[in-house]
Amino acid sequence: MSDFGDYGGRYVPETLIPALDELERGWREALADDSFRAELHHLLTTYAGRPTPLTLAERFAPGKRIYLKREDLLHTGAHKLNNALGQAVLAQRLGKRRIVAETGAGQHGVATATVCARFGFECVVYMGEEDMRRQRPNVERMRLLGAEVRGVDFGTRTLKEATSEAIRDWITNVETTHYLIGSCVGPAPYPELVAELQSVIGHEAREQMLAAEQRLPEAVVACVGGGSNAIGIFHGFVADEDVRLVGVEAAGAASLGSGRPAVLHGARSSVLADEDGQIADAHSISAGLDYPGVGPEHAFLRDTGRAEYRVATDEEALAAFQELARTEGILPALEPAHALARARDLDAELILVGLSGRGDKDLAEVLERL
Amino acid sequence: MSTSNPARGVSGKKLVIYLVAEPETPDLAQAAVEGGADVIELGFPFSDPLAEGPVIRRASERALARGMRTHACLDVLERTRELLPETPIVPMTYAAILEAYGYERFVTDARKRGATSFILVDLPVEEQPALRRIQLVAPTSTEERIRAAAEVTDGWLYLVSVTGTTGARTELSPTLPPFVQRVRAVTDVPVYVGFGISTHELARAAGGLADGVIVGSRAVEVAETGRDALRDFVASLRTALDS
Ligand SMILES: Cc1ncc(COP(=O)(O)O)c(C=O)c1O
Repeated sequence: MSDFGDYGGRYVPETLIPALDELERGWREALADDSFRAELHHLLTTYAGRPTPLTLAERFAPGKRIYLKREDLLHTGAHKLNNALGQAVLAQRLGKRRIVAETGAGQHGVATATVCARFGFECVVYMGEEDMRRQRPNVERMRLLGAEVRGVDFGTRTLKEATSEAIRDWITNVETTHYLIGSCVGPAPYPELVAELQSVIGHEAREQMLAAEQRLPEAVVACVGGGSNAIGIFHGFVADEDVRLVGVEAAGAASLGSGRPAVLHGARSSVLADEDGQIADAHSISAGLDYPGVGPEHAFLRDTGRAEYRVATDEEALAAFQELARTEGILPALEPAHALARARDLDAELILVGLSGRGDKDLAEVLERL
Repeated sequence: MSTSNPARGVSGKKLVIYLVAEPETPDLAQAAVEGGADVIELGFPFSDPLAEGPVIRRASERALARGMRTHACLDVLERTRELLPETPIVPMTYAAILEAYGYERFVTDARKRGATSFILVDLPVEEQPALRRIQLVAPTSTEERIRAAAEVTDGWLYLVSVTGTTGARTELSPTLPPFVQRVRAVTDVPVYVGFGISTHELARAAGGLADGVIVGSRAVEVAETGRDALRDFVASLRTALDS
């Protein structure tokens, strides 16, 4: 039942399989239903602030034409809201009124808390205690939005463990609860569903690029944690064979660059794991990229050669963060700062970069490191 | 062994004890059998065990920190088999372990080292059909899925008593009796109930509904205090099942 070549699948306890079947059915029906698309479109335009603009970053990259797709300007400050809104409308259709989610950087947690407030859903967000420390403002935001933030104090105390705990909560409360996963990972149909909800980024950007330059970019560059902002922007261009798709991972969390086929959080993908299949620890300054797994579609795009994947170090991301702030007046999140770092030295001239979120959440972490 | 308590097992109810594979486990498994266990489930630890509550998750973390990777677990299986030549021993683990080791190779090697069957917590019935194993069904399983699991299961069906993770509970789920009925309505294969069974009272109650009971988290906790404590705990479960 693999969805992306040998990758994907549903490696979860039996308790969840009927819920995944129900989700898949509900999702197919929603996709075929104009009223679902209309409701989502209405929310994206009147509530979230779509379309987001495209900004030419002339001073950041002299000699190149780097365009930034400004998901940092979306309500709540990152692309995560595209997915959270879509899944909230879906949860509503499925009659689920309790939402659980995991979060790393806190952006998905904030997006989830936001839509739960908007829809009147009960909201529980699992977050590793290390991430609660380094993304403090987002913890406060979630609480102000009415969500319950549950700290996870074992294992890596980061996104990997938060995801496992969210899935355990879902197993326990599956009859009342929708699991609002934050990236294109997890058991089928989640990777496909999240990619579809994030593809609005790529479809908008393609039109905007054509309007601005009358041609397509040579390359599309985006950071890859679980891979949702990248897959969303890639989907706008995947059929344009001449457009290079470049994903940028954190050097210490390069699931695609140095991983192997393994099973994590319900799917087979490229994972940082040892030869026995035990999951290894990831390390990144950026909580949103600090994850040993990646969406199965990225592993598939890598293997087929359609997309290429690179890495950026913590230091390179920090440098790009500062550079963008000083040259363009934009504080990016540390996650897309990885994409900015690689876009600058890419051997291409016209480049589209997914600026997936804003950097306010990272100020304490950045100031400590500078 | 079985002569020490002539009444043992009179009920015909099977008692399955779960232990995480660690260097002491063969001896602990023997103690469990002395106490009256009929089957040993041997947990091969995985770093991200989605179906486990805190007790087994922590025990798995500890085992991994002590180097209990697949090869070491197979060694523990073999030593357990040497001590318990007659007892069914069933490795219970996650798909990730077999993905890495190779499904066929794992089955061949584990059988050679003494495995009777297998339980894969996160491998749905439609996956890897060639791998004969004990299938799990949950309260959320549809009739169609229960039927599919019963058709291919290896000897008995593992009924997950609750929608939830492993871990001691203080009472039996009120949804268990209708769930057992739903399963009985579609199959004659023996059904064993697990997840949450932590005391002899719960074991007796579950045994009243099913053909066997599986005790995991509580057994793992008691095993941490030594073989005698485990033997006595298992004996109390045995007595409750047989009374
Ligand atoms: C701004 C931002 N970008 C990127 C990511 C990484 O996630 P993904 O790879 O799913 O886009 C996160 C995750 O928290 C984020 O907050």
